[in-house]
Amino acid sequence: MSTPTPIYLDNNATTACDPKVVEAMLPYFTEQFGNASSMHSFGNKVGVALKAARTKVQKLLGAEFDSEIVFTSCGTESDSTAILSALKAQPDRKEIITTVVEHPAVLSLCEQLEKEGYTIHRLKVDNKGRLNLDDYAKVLSDKVAVVSVMWANNETGTYFPVVEMAEMANAAGVLFHTDAVQAVGKIDINLAATKIDMLSVSGHKLHAPKGIGVLYVRRAVRFRPLLRGGHQERGRRAGTENAPSIIGLGVAAELAMEAMEHERTHVKALRDKLEAGILAVVPHAFVTGNPDNRLPNTANIAFEYIEGEAILMLLNKQGIAASSGSACTSGSLEPSHVMRAMGIPYTAAHGTVRFSLSRYTTEEEIERVIAAVPPIVAQLRKLSPYWGENGPVADPEKAFDPAYA
Amino acid sequence: MWDYTEKVKEHFYNPRNTGPLEGANATGDVGSISCGDALRLMLKVDPVTEIIQDAHFQTFGCGSAIASSSALTEMVKGKTLDEAKQISNQDIADFLDGLPPEKMHCSVMGREALHAAIANYRGEEWSDDHEEGALVCKCFAVDSQMIEDTIRANNLSTVEEVTNYTKAGGGCSTCHEPIEEILTKVMAERGETFVPAGAKKAKPAVAEAAPAKLGTLARIRKIEEVIAAVRPTLLADRGDIELVDIEGKNILVNLTGACSGCQMEAATLAGIQTKMIEALGEFVRVVPAAKAQAHACASHAHGG
Repeated sequence: MSTPTPIYLDNNATTACDPKVVEAMLPYFTEQFGNASSMHSFGNKVGVALKAARTKVQKLLGAEFDSEIVFTSCGTESDSTAILSALKAQPDRKEIITTVVEHPAVLSLCEQLEKEGYTIHRLKVDNKGRLNLDDYAKVLSDKVAVVSVMWANNETGTYFPVVEMAEMANAAGVLFHTDAVQAVGKIDINLAATKIDMLSVSGHKLHAPKGIGVLYVRRAVRFRPLLRGGHQERGRRAGTENAPSIIGLGVAAELAMEAMEHERTHVKALRDKLEAGILAVVPHAFVTGNPDNRLPNTANIAFEYIEGEAILMLLNKQGIAASSGSACTSGSLEPSHVMRAMGIPYTAAHGTVRFSLSRYTTEEEIERVIAAVPPIVAQLRKLSPYWGENGPVADPEKAFDPAYA
Repeated sequence: MWDYTEKVKEHFYNPRNTGPLEGANATGDVGSISCGDALRLMLKVDPVTEIIQDAHFQTFGCGSAIASSSALTEMVKGKTLDEAKQISNQDIADFLDGLPPEKMHCSVMGREALHAAIANYRGEEWSDDHEEGALVCKCFAVDSQMIEDTIRANNLSTVEEVTNYTKAGGGCSTCHEPIEEILTKVMAERGETFVPAGAKKAKPAVAEAAPAKLGTLARIRKIEEVIAAVRPTLLADRGDIELVDIEGKNILVNLTGACSGCQMEAATLAGIQTKMIEALGEFVRVVPAAKAQAHACASHAHGG
């Protein structure tokens, strides 16, 4: 049996570097190796290219000034920089507002800050992953140093109303940061028209290489750098610029803008087809998050009574790459914190599979996945003690009630 | 993706003995949906000879949980209940050519299902004897619950003691931060404050003592002392270690029993090496004698 052609549907984890991006980067590993800070032509050419890249990223984000773009090493660094800067710049404010479904880049940092004495307000979500803005308004006060809320959830794609939340924070005199690594490049963003103070970007989520990120810092927002040293990035992020990757990200930003319409229409149609195709055939499966308000490329489906890692392994055998919120894929005991926060029962939370598409995804690929999934689910359900002849055993949690919990 | 062995993959893709078992007279249900693992083991036991004639399973779980269940059913068939009861979780893992440390609990679940099924057959009450926590030490597959219980039972107060009692933290040492956190929590319960080792180690005496070079005999004694100190932990895992020779900086040892060829062999040796270096105050290598000989042979061949 020949190995099937691989189908990559894990673009929320990382994306393929666009060949045009790679091509643009290559000279900066060889002849254009100069340090942008140097006073000779080697450095100068790189400096000019960096400036051009900065402008392209500025356009993608709709930022008013190119000096609002700070290049970092990754989304996580951008998140840490934003939150820690807000704390350092306002030492009297000891509270942070975030949500229960943030990425670990924000949640783990907040957990650590909590140990150090800060108060963390974690906004809860409902069963569709939506926030209650009344809860938010209640905790906004002059004790809060920063609000950090993601633009789109990485697991379900569900949007948070960050533009509105930034307005509310601004009215209360509180800084607003958003981790937008999943949103940037997939949807129109016009930061100049918002009250968002800081925003994190990760290059490798939009077909740029790994190891490059951006922190947008609105002009006049009080800022304290994470790394001090040289004058790079106007002293806001010391360390020699990662020139090839910054230039790559510039090209990726340009390509993302060109593909935005395709993302919104074609990719979304493929995603909807995938979901409908699977749900039409597989019983006891449902879409998690808010189907009416989410990223165009993300489908997160819970398959009840089976476990996600097992699904992924069988998909992988057919060359299909996806990801899961099951405990087993991460090595932890708890299934995804996002699924738990939405109150998805354990019988389903362990069986969630995320398919995330890109502008390279084709209709033929989606058709192959629609055909592959139902037999895999059926095969695993046949092994499951929670599944009977033609459906879940009556009252599954009671019929199979193992000795330890 | 996990680094599963071919055998794990084979048993996952083609699980043996699946589904309900007709005429089963022993059933063991273990696991829980919240942990993402659950296993029902069904046995058909000959009432006269107590020989397991057939075994089937149903599993909700990941690839290694399904593979462990499948392996278990193959292993118990043809054995008497008493023989089957001797199967350890390590035996199940070995049958599959090993499991990643994060997945060892799958083999534990298999052993528990077996014990539950045997208890069910004999009309006994079976209760789970351990609770599982999050995996802390990836080198030796030790979870937070195990560390917490051990600290509590033995009044431990340092990371080093935790390593000595549980092996956790004895390999790559990257889990020392979570171990310190558990120590802080458990010690607070008994009204004590955890003091990190770094704060204590500021004794200059140690640094001064180290450079004093040991005599040959004293050096051998020290090496033997370290070996003697690590043996109990290895014996507990049904393994053993013997000192073969000392060639300058190379300390040749034989790992035997369960330790030999165990996937943790390298980590075990690295842990012993760290202890040796500490005890001797000089850099040494702890190498398996068999490997050292193989190297010697190879270099002879080149020389000839």
